[in-house]
Amino acid sequence: MTENTSQVSNVVVEVLRSWSTNAIEEVIEFRGETTLVVPRKVLRAIAARCREDDALQFNLLTDATCVDRFPMEPRFELNYHLVSIPKVKKVRLRVRLSGDDPVVDSLVPVWPGANWLEREIFDLFGIQFTGHPDLRRILLPDDWEGYPLRKDYPVEGYRDIPAIATRYTRGRP
Amino acid sequence: MTTVETATGAAKTMVLNMGPQHPSTHGVLRILLELDGENVVKAIPDLGYLHTGIEKSCEDKTYSQAITLTDRIDYLNPLGNNLVYCLAVEKLLGLEVPKRAQYIRVLLVELQRISSHLVWLGTHAIDLGAMSVFLYCFREREEILKIFEFVAGQRMMTSYIRIGGLALEPPTGWIQRVEKFLKMMPERIDEYESLLTGNRIWMGRTQGIGYISAEDAVALSMTGPTLRAAGIAYDNRKLFPYSSYEEFDFDVPTRTDSDCFGRYMIRVAEMRESLKIVRQAIAKIPAEGPIRTDAPGIVPPGREKMKTEMEALIYHFKIFTEGFSPPPGEVFVTVESPRGELGAFVASDGSPKPLRVHFRSPSYINLQALPKLILGQLISDVIACIGTIDIVLGEVDR
Repeated sequence: MTENTSQVSNVVVEVLRSWSTNAIEEVIEFRGETTLVVPRKVLRAIAARCREDDALQFNLLTDATCVDRFPMEPRFELNYHLVSIPKVKKVRLRVRLSGDDPVVDSLVPVWPGANWLEREIFDLFGIQFTGHPDLRRILLPDDWEGYPLRKDYPVEGYRDIPAIATRYTRGRP
Repeated sequence: MTTVETATGAAKTMVLNMGPQHPSTHGVLRILLELDGENVVKAIPDLGYLHTGIEKSCEDKTYSQAITLTDRIDYLNPLGNNLVYCLAVEKLLGLEVPKRAQYIRVLLVELQRISSHLVWLGTHAIDLGAMSVFLYCFREREEILKIFEFVAGQRMMTSYIRIGGLALEPPTGWIQRVEKFLKMMPERIDEYESLLTGNRIWMGRTQGIGYISAEDAVALSMTGPTLRAAGIAYDNRKLFPYSSYEEFDFDVPTRTDSDCFGRYMIRVAEMRESLKIVRQAIAKIPAEGPIRTDAPGIVPPGREKMKTEMEALIYHFKIFTEGFSPPPGEVFVTVESPRGELGAFVASDGSPKPLRVHFRSPSYINLQALPKLILGQLISDVIACIGTIDIVLGEVDR
């Protein structure tokens, strides 16, 4: 498991903790990268704080992606990679989501660039983003069924499992 | 082609389907354009035509096997993709790469940047009607590809950068080939500029077209030459150096006009900066020294060692059958690709296959700004705007 150090002298952690004591659930330091695990409810508020606070200025949301840890629960881990261009700093925000309720606030109101990043996660993992202006599939066809990057989706698709294959191809071979 | 009534009912707009098989979309990109006369009122990009599920395929391969897939993400920057993936796995493993390998990596990646910019320049110019530039650009790109073929054995899908170093020792005489290229290239760049920079048609087609403000560009997560043309000197090589870039002396060109012309000037300036880096790398690369780090069980042993040492043979067998298992954790590594910030997110659960590999592809994220760039522009300028953000559809769709 990753090394957990709760007493990290990190300006991001300090600012966020001074703003709200329960803003950060866990701080993970691994290979020089800082990951802040935040509760789902406050994700958008924390993101806005990271962007607006003068000491942080994380103005660039460079990437957002998801990890599926099936069959562990909570199975989904959303990772947001933030960069502060003025402060030359990086941090990762992480939210854990359970498999039966994969819903989280969209970050499009904070960074408009989150739009396609979240659409991609919705497309491939089936995570719902509330408040997203245009939550449609982006890489796969609109009528695709299933979420391919989930661990319970076979690498080869469903074509080798006839019973399921007919269901997913709607009777077409 | 259909006509639709707008909400007001007064003006009629037309919806035009552009692509996916359009020569100027640089691949298969479809854009739904809502037009008022010749002006774009709304644009909806539709992508995914080249989606091949590379990220999912990576999860079914060992860490070393996945390298060959990274080549195929961005076919104009295969070495850069190799590099970012290998840097991520090396960070996960905590491996240190020998200096000689690091400098060779820098040299090759910078050559790759020049070749990618050449393809961009040639195709962008041909889109806007300047035929001959294309031929000149591809002439020089061919020279770079010949160097790659000489060094790595492959022109495009090199897979030359490996975890812990390089695939094989570069052949003797390769430095001379690079030097020959360096001698030739500066005046060739002058030649392109003499064809375009002061050209009134070129300026008319690019100046003031596709403007985006710095705030919008950052908000939309744009990176690379597009962001630097908006005045923000964001370059991973300077801000978050990797592979010994901190030892190289180069400038990050920026401009403030933030239009198609500005981005053209930035990319031309970047080619010159890359030549500077290549020149320094040649001076830095030691003639002798290891090109792979000594990490038994992760980096394959040399042929000689395998024939004489039992352990080396066992490690070799294990690496190519089972693979190796990095400690559990996640890393996110970013490099500066010709198109912007290229990132690799690799998550390990302690097994020989990655739990998740994700590529932050700059084309995909920069393309998001296209509707903003072309809003209100003429339909002929849509072509200029698609070209100016330099997308590779293979990388957009992955």
